[in-house]
Amino acid sequence: MSLFKEAKTLISENIRDYGMYIALFVIILTFSFMTDGLFMSSRNISNLLDSAGYIAVLAVGMTLVIVIRHIDLSVGYVAGFLGAIAAILLTQAGVSIYITIPIILILGIVVGLLNGFLVAQIGIPSFVATLAGWLVFRGALLQVTEKTGTIIIQDDRFNAIGNGYIPSILQFNGLHLLSLLVGLVGILFYIYGEISTRRNKIKYDFEVVSKGIFILKLVFVSAIIAYLTWILAGYNGFSWTVMIILLVVIVYHFLTTKTVLGRHVFAVGSNPEAAHLSGINVKKITYMVFGSMGMLAALSGILFTARLQSATTTAGTLFELDAVAAAYVGGVSAAGGVGKVTGAIIGAIVMASLSNGMNLLGVGISYQYIIRGGVLALAVIFDVMTRKKR
Amino acid sequence: MSEYILEMKQISKNFSGVKALSDVNFKVEKGEIHCLIGENGAGKSTLMKVLSGVYPYGSYEGDILYEGNVQQFNKISDSVKTGIVIIYQELALFPDLTVYENIFAGNEVKNGGIVDWNKTIAEAKKMLNKVKLDVNPDTLIKDLGVGKRQLVEIAKALSKDVKLLILDEPTAALNEDDSENLLELLRELKNQGITCIMISHKLKEVISIADKATVLRDGQTICTLDAAKGEINESNIIKNMVGRAIEDIYPKREKQAFGGKILELYNWSAYDPQLGRQVVKNVDLHVKKGEIVGIAGLMGSGRTELALSIFGNAKSYKVEGDLVIAGISKMLKHPSDAINAGIAYVTEDRKGDGLFLYQDIKSNISAANLKGISSNGLINDNEEIKIADHYKKSLTIKASSLEQLVGNLSGGNQQKVSLGKWLFVGPKLLILDEPTRGIDVGAKFEIYTVMNELIKQGMSIIMISSELGEVLGMSDRVYVMAQGEIKGELSIEEANQENIMQLATQ
Repeated sequence: MSLFKEAKTLISENIRDYGMYIALFVIILTFSFMTDGLFMSSRNISNLLDSAGYIAVLAVGMTLVIVIRHIDLSVGYVAGFLGAIAAILLTQAGVSIYITIPIILILGIVVGLLNGFLVAQIGIPSFVATLAGWLVFRGALLQVTEKTGTIIIQDDRFNAIGNGYIPSILQFNGLHLLSLLVGLVGILFYIYGEISTRRNKIKYDFEVVSKGIFILKLVFVSAIIAYLTWILAGYNGFSWTVMIILLVVIVYHFLTTKTVLGRHVFAVGSNPEAAHLSGINVKKITYMVFGSMGMLAALSGILFTARLQSATTTAGTLFELDAVAAAYVGGVSAAGGVGKVTGAIIGAIVMASLSNGMNLLGVGISYQYIIRGGVLALAVIFDVMTRKKR
Repeated sequence: MSEYILEMKQISKNFSGVKALSDVNFKVEKGEIHCLIGENGAGKSTLMKVLSGVYPYGSYEGDILYEGNVQQFNKISDSVKTGIVIIYQELALFPDLTVYENIFAGNEVKNGGIVDWNKTIAEAKKMLNKVKLDVNPDTLIKDLGVGKRQLVEIAKALSKDVKLLILDEPTAALNEDDSENLLELLRELKNQGITCIMISHKLKEVISIADKATVLRDGQTICTLDAAKGEINESNIIKNMVGRAIEDIYPKREKQAFGGKILELYNWSAYDPQLGRQVVKNVDLHVKKGEIVGIAGLMGSGRTELALSIFGNAKSYKVEGDLVIAGISKMLKHPSDAINAGIAYVTEDRKGDGLFLYQDIKSNISAANLKGISSNGLINDNEEIKIADHYKKSLTIKASSLEQLVGNLSGGNQQKVSLGKWLFVGPKLLILDEPTRGIDVGAKFEIYTVMNELIKQGMSIIMISSELGEVLGMSDRVYVMAQGEIKGELSIEEANQENIMQLATQ
């Protein structure tokens, strides 16, 4: 089979997986063209990724919640509230940042487990249980910020989480050296992983793609990582926000695709009764998924508060719906059991790119909402149409 | 009586290049009961969908002559208008609505756009009388058993002035009693001049009721058998269905000596808090190593509930009594406990609570034993493919690849995936709940062969079944259940259809 033909069948068979990447590529290309390259400038991309961060981490958690056929509407105000608590701890209580962050993350887990308790133990529909949480935490946020109004944070280390960049060590031809190293390590790690997977498959005598396609894929993905690294290195390098997103993606991608726990999550989402009869503890999985959602909501709160360098009375408003939208654009299926962590991140970046690009073009906010709504609808239509195949 | 109400001529239908039907001819005389038989995937359902307009005119080749005229149905309502009504295997009733609302759903008794409920109820009563169903029209569908729901479906068809009634495996989910009632009703309808096409996998039914029987195989008409000429008998039908003669539906196995008791139940009871009643009562039972124990009984006799209560009390009943596995008394609180104790349960409802339909074959097979393909919580993907491939081959699962979604497989292959999933657990005791429901003769034979192979290897099997033939053909010993109790224990030598039915209907 010719290389081209093989590539063609591979793409048509995996259109569901690649669809999102293609969509993102088209969006990037369109905006780059329409803004004369401004969209792909180092500064803009760096900005875009930082502004997508707090929704991206929520989208990862939300994807898993939707995979197990639930929803969590409380996350927006949980993020806002915990961000405010972080601000209070740092400013009024004078707690160190190294203690504040773990406390906030643990509080997030506790809130998530509480949602899990209402859903798994009591059996309240998650929509209602977390809607109650939405109200409660909205009130809680107002309560803690009522007297002071906006709480300004002066801790530079905390604010760096949302605005700072990893140290550069050395400037190299005006490029950010440590960022280049991070990119290089990423590429090496990717190539090593792919090659060892392939070797393993060959060892088991399984079918693998032809060598040509394999090398083409390695070169293609490496080039994309290299290009992104180069762009970011041209400005201030990798931001802490980007590093945190990468960490979350790597950890969650690994958990969902390589571990027994991940399999259990998808089994529960695919058919809860069958999962139960397969010996899987459905309640435990529900607790864990909501717990992880709570933790990521706390992380989102930290990212957002650090980015604004302050806690406000309206922080977190509508985050939950942005996260749900990003998850659906990222290919999670409303019927449960299907979804990817990498998809959630891409979904969040797609939505952020749309806002960013349209802002650069000066598109009015009214049209922005309409266009983003259209993209969301298209993504779900695509999902429904490709789901039955295979 | 030689007037044809329906003639389907040279019907062909393609699905993306694959021929589902090729030049099928199918003729039905007015007032007869005509059975349509064939293995799964033979094209029976496709043919009926062509007839009822699910596949609109133009999407198939050939002609449909109904009452002498060529028909061009574009949608189901077109065929309903002419008096063709189809009742699917998965009933299309609304469980939370009443019987009368269901009977007239989509066909409301209107008076200037407003539903006349009084007239609706009166009409519903008439229809219920016709099908001899003695329930209050106010009853909710979910409060009725499967057998009665089937009758409501027929009442619904009658309310549409049906001339040609098509039933797709109407008795698949029914017990022998309800099945017999239904067949009786069909004979009655026939006397009233209603023509009936019935798709069925149960040969005994076909033999008892059919005037004619058309056999389809691989999308082609093989033959039409005539009862009047004595052509409808078991061996004749099977020969035409599979294209080869199966001497015996149940593969022979050599008598083997049984080992020690693998499972014992003493005074075992289960109370269902949701239903608010005792579903299993004072059951004493045992299974020996290498034995197939059949559990016979009618639907709702507590067989599935018994299995679920053994299988780690999967439905959280209040359980009392002793459960002893290989001589050791155990408390199983979750299906995972049961799996660890060496018990596997293949559910009767493979689509509902057995399989992950939107996952592929390999993930389904590994789902109950991820430990077997992982270390330290990390999955070894390659090991998984190897295991799945092993079961695909040994159980002859027909699929394009291990990545095929289970939801796209035929019933027989789904059942094999379900079986493979539980065999991979490596159980000592395998509980099979209706192992061959809704699957064709060929796949049945393969599953029976696998069962024989398993007990030869020292596994024990509890087989719950509504098909008496299967119970008698496969079991070494039979328990009969009714009202949650064991009403009798029969050795295979003394068991026969009569004494089982007698115990089951006590």
